[in-house]
Amino acid sequence: MQNLKKRIKAESEGFSFQDLQGKQRVYFIAGVLFIIAMPVWLLLDPGNSVAFVLFLLSLLVIQKMKLPTWIKIVIVAFDLVLVIPIVGQTSGTFARVATMVGIYAILSLGLNIVVGFTGLLNLGYAAFYAVGAYTYAIFASRQAGKFLSFGNFPLSGNWFWLFLLIALVVSGFVGFLLGLPVLRLKGDYLAIVTLGFAEIIRLLFNNMNSPINITNGPMGITPIQAPMLFNIRLNKPVDYYFIVLGLFLLTVLVIRNLQNSRIGRAWVAIREDELVARTMGVPVVRMKLLSFSIGAGLAGMMGVVFAAMQSYVDPTSFTFMESIIILCMVILGGSGNMQGVVIGALAVIVLQLQILKDVSNYLTQLATNGALNLPAWLNPAKYERLIFGLILVLMCIFRPNGISPEKRVLKIRQRLGFAPKDSGLPPLDAKEVK
Amino acid sequence: MKRVFSFLLAVSLMLTLTTFFVSASADSLPVIKIASVTPLSGSQAAMGEVIKNGIELAYKERIEEFAALGFDLQFAPQDDQADPKVGVSIAQRLIEDDEFLAVVGHWNSGVAIASSEVYNQGNLAMISPANTATEVTDRALPIVNRICARDDAQGPAGADFLYSLGLTTVFIIQDKTTYGQGVADEFKKRFEAIGGTVLGYEGITAGEADYSAVEEMIRATGAEAVYFGGIYPEGGLLIKQLAEKGIDVTFLGPDGLDSEELVNIAGDAVIGTYYTSTAAGVANTEKGAAFSAAYLEMFGNEPVGYAAYGYDAMSVTLNAIEAAIASNGGALPTREQVVEAARATSGYEGVATNITFNAIGDNIEAKVYILGFSEATYPAEVIKSIAVTEFLKD
Amino acid sequence: MNQLQTLVKIIPQLLSDGLTLGFVYAIVAIGYTMVYGILEFINFAHSELFMFGAFVGTEVLLLLKSMGILANMSPTLALIISLLVAMVMSGGLGVAVDRIAYKPVRSAPKLVPFISAIGVSFVLQDVVRMVEEAKNGNYYLYAPTLFTRRIQVAANMVIPEKTLYIVGLCLVMMAALTLFVNKNKWGKAMRAVAQDRDTARLMGINVDLVISMTFLIGAGMGGAAGTLFSVQYGSISPYSGFIIGMKAFTAAVFGGIGKIPGAMLGGILLGLIEVFGASFLGALTGGVFGSEYKDVLAFTILILILIFKPSGLLGKPQGEKV
Repeated sequence: MQNLKKRIKAESEGFSFQDLQGKQRVYFIAGVLFIIAMPVWLLLDPGNSVAFVLFLLSLLVIQKMKLPTWIKIVIVAFDLVLVIPIVGQTSGTFARVATMVGIYAILSLGLNIVVGFTGLLNLGYAAFYAVGAYTYAIFASRQAGKFLSFGNFPLSGNWFWLFLLIALVVSGFVGFLLGLPVLRLKGDYLAIVTLGFAEIIRLLFNNMNSPINITNGPMGITPIQAPMLFNIRLNKPVDYYFIVLGLFLLTVLVIRNLQNSRIGRAWVAIREDELVARTMGVPVVRMKLLSFSIGAGLAGMMGVVFAAMQSYVDPTSFTFMESIIILCMVILGGSGNMQGVVIGALAVIVLQLQILKDVSNYLTQLATNGALNLPAWLNPAKYERLIFGLILVLMCIFRPNGISPEKRVLKIRQRLGFAPKDSGLPPLDAKEVK
Repeated sequence: MKRVFSFLLAVSLMLTLTTFFVSASADSLPVIKIASVTPLSGSQAAMGEVIKNGIELAYKERIEEFAALGFDLQFAPQDDQADPKVGVSIAQRLIEDDEFLAVVGHWNSGVAIASSEVYNQGNLAMISPANTATEVTDRALPIVNRICARDDAQGPAGADFLYSLGLTTVFIIQDKTTYGQGVADEFKKRFEAIGGTVLGYEGITAGEADYSAVEEMIRATGAEAVYFGGIYPEGGLLIKQLAEKGIDVTFLGPDGLDSEELVNIAGDAVIGTYYTSTAAGVANTEKGAAFSAAYLEMFGNEPVGYAAYGYDAMSVTLNAIEAAIASNGGALPTREQVVEAARATSGYEGVATNITFNAIGDNIEAKVYILGFSEATYPAEVIKSIAVTEFLKD
Repeated sequence: MNQLQTLVKIIPQLLSDGLTLGFVYAIVAIGYTMVYGILEFINFAHSELFMFGAFVGTEVLLLLKSMGILANMSPTLALIISLLVAMVMSGGLGVAVDRIAYKPVRSAPKLVPFISAIGVSFVLQDVVRMVEEAKNGNYYLYAPTLFTRRIQVAANMVIPEKTLYIVGLCLVMMAALTLFVNKNKWGKAMRAVAQDRDTARLMGINVDLVISMTFLIGAGMGGAAGTLFSVQYGSISPYSGFIIGMKAFTAAVFGGIGKIPGAMLGGILLGLIEVFGASFLGALTGGVFGSEYKDVLAFTILILILIFKPSGLLGKPQGEKV
């Protein structure tokens, strides 16, 4: 806690409004207005999609602004803890989007441990997500009763909290089992094996409905019990938002601690040069397994939340596309950097869930009112893949180190003049080396 | 970063201005919205599209009627992409918009089941033109009604028919969806009960193209017939591939095969294929002819598949809303009132079928038809028509 | 046991099906392996080049059909025309993709081109879907039937004529490629660049041109495989490429990534495993695992092979320079 306070204070100093000149001042003022105006507008007009999107964008902008850190924290807290819940009461859709952002943010943080910190390319992250989701779904619905002869199913929502832990352990264990045989493999091979593994899990879930019906196959499991706290049903969208917010803060805390510990440094060492790390005495295999397991466990935990929220799970929620989306959030945000990763999640979800759908609803409305007749194939909600793909390619070409890369490592590398092997950073420019 | 900033500001301003323009078109009449949810993209888009058209025709014909009652009737077609997840997410949006009083949909039973759980939470009435899986109404949700027959009538009807052709050995394939597996299981139960032999039961994955292993298994067992529980993209491929391999079997399937696409995919191999359906051509009756003409004029081609059922489902829905308006003294009804009125539908004479809902929302006046292809053209010929009361378990 | 006996009767048919599938996998796998050999880069978008070729080839056939020519033409000729068109267009697309999306990031750390390839893959899937939906209202495309004759080879063994043509064409392509790589000047250049890029450059080889050639040939073959696939099975969708690509990549790794004979061997083996596995799984496991588990089988084999022989069947373990 002390360290945190000291850091905030240190980062706040060295900033003053007078330092900015001319155009910079204008942008600064515009930025501040934007950050303050968007939440206010949204509070006044909660049903307004545009306000919501701009509000989410304002969260992105806050991060980039040159303001004292304590102000940023206050504004973000205000946005997250007050604005979204209040708006969410009126508009369940917005609460749901905010919750999805939270879920994917945690998923990205989890994958970041594997890909960003430790440098292991995992293309099958959705498998662990699936394991957690199905674990809860099977027992919190009538499904378990179809193959277990004892017990009274569905389990009540009070079990939700326990299942968060259970899924954490089960998925973590699955990650451990996967990690054991495959961690010897190098880069590309590891990637393909994780991909194959994820497909195996998905196919198993898709087919385990005969002779014993464990997962109900492609038909999916529904309905799934919502969480209950002291026998109050928590199934309004705002409730899920708070659950996810809490889990998010918890996750950030835990990962921060890991990052600054010996374990975190071991991971970075493995990422930068495994051979050297091993020579220097880092227990490489154990660290890799730990990284895999923790990442997997986090995904499993979020799977439980997802299953409860949607009240429906089926194998199509856990395809390769899902794994790639999460991977892209990590990479786009700037792998290794927690902040960047969360931003990546925010950017992708807003684009995918809100903007595209809104534009397409808007166009459909115009079409039904006869104003504009757009052919069925030009429906923007269907172009998610195209836009996503374009963003990926463009980001890779123009900003390969993501929106906000890990500053600490960047500085170290600049000072030492290194061009590292397998990180997400580009090779060095002569000018950048001091 | 600066450029991004100014770009963002410019975009925000533009969007803000647009919203003002769009929302300024608010009307003074209370709005009643009805949504249709069917697949409008993907491999089953053909079926979803014609259902939506039927619904839209009924809507357009009755806008004025509702305006006279003092309501602005609006129609919002949705695309569920035959994906339960999409259906659920659409359902969540629908129940939140208070102006929606009813939903007409879906085409895929799996999607309908998942979505109806959400509709139920929002008390939104759902009338289905085409969902045949038993579980759709077996859950006894008060909001779900369907005007077509059930698979525990369709499957047995198919089994009886196949046996009557003198074919006693069958190999069953199903596509592992709620619908496909459900109807295949019903077929299997009946076929074995009347003395037939099931030589094999395999599942295939929808969306794939290589079914050679299953086809060879059919050849190995020497079955005389194949029953396929599934939909036309896979059904058509199976028919075509079996013919190409020289495996001579009689192919029978459920209403999922009822589409022109089946002929497009399988070509001449479709001759000699049979299928059961809960919908059949309507041009023979006077009402049907009038409907066909109106449909042709609005959409440019003849109504096929479940279009007439979409029309009837929407008509029943609109009638229910009118009844609810009446019982509410001419004011905007609540969703609960619409749900009650919908379930109370009785003796309605539609274009495609007569409709009376029983206690769990099934149409006791529905029929099952048996159709066969004697040429490679769609639609197939109706060979038999069976009332579902023959299969009801009361 | 009775079930096994009935299955044994159809082994020759399963063999022919497995080989057809296997050859298709092999041709696609060759594309992956060639690019990997030269650039040490998994061209994730190769599966979409396969899919693109399938659509192009099928559209050519449909065009011929709508022009009324198809019925009167020799099916072999129709197939070869559609193959050539598909190969040229896929090859061209492959080169374009490389120029636009891979070349700019050639020097970046390995993760970046990989992500770029994934992006390209998504873009191609959606573009093809867009075009097909705009044209036909449906993004599934169904190929017209070309070969209908069946050949009686033995007592109860009947092979569709189609299989012979497809397998034959695959063999021709593989032979041509092998000759090219081993005898031709360009082939030698490709092998040189694959072995040591910088030295090859010092030797005066135009490395960029060689890389483009590799993409041209690899993608072209992928496109040809796509057309053959469409003719064999009758239907193709923008998402068909993904699963075929993954399995073909599995085959390439299986055989030893970077080695063309390895890709061929891996592909054929994988096709056979898949078809035999699908048919016999149910009988062997007493109904617990049916034919729908064939993909699980394929991926499990991949993982096992990589664990026990990380460089594949024909590959040599690579040492790591410190």
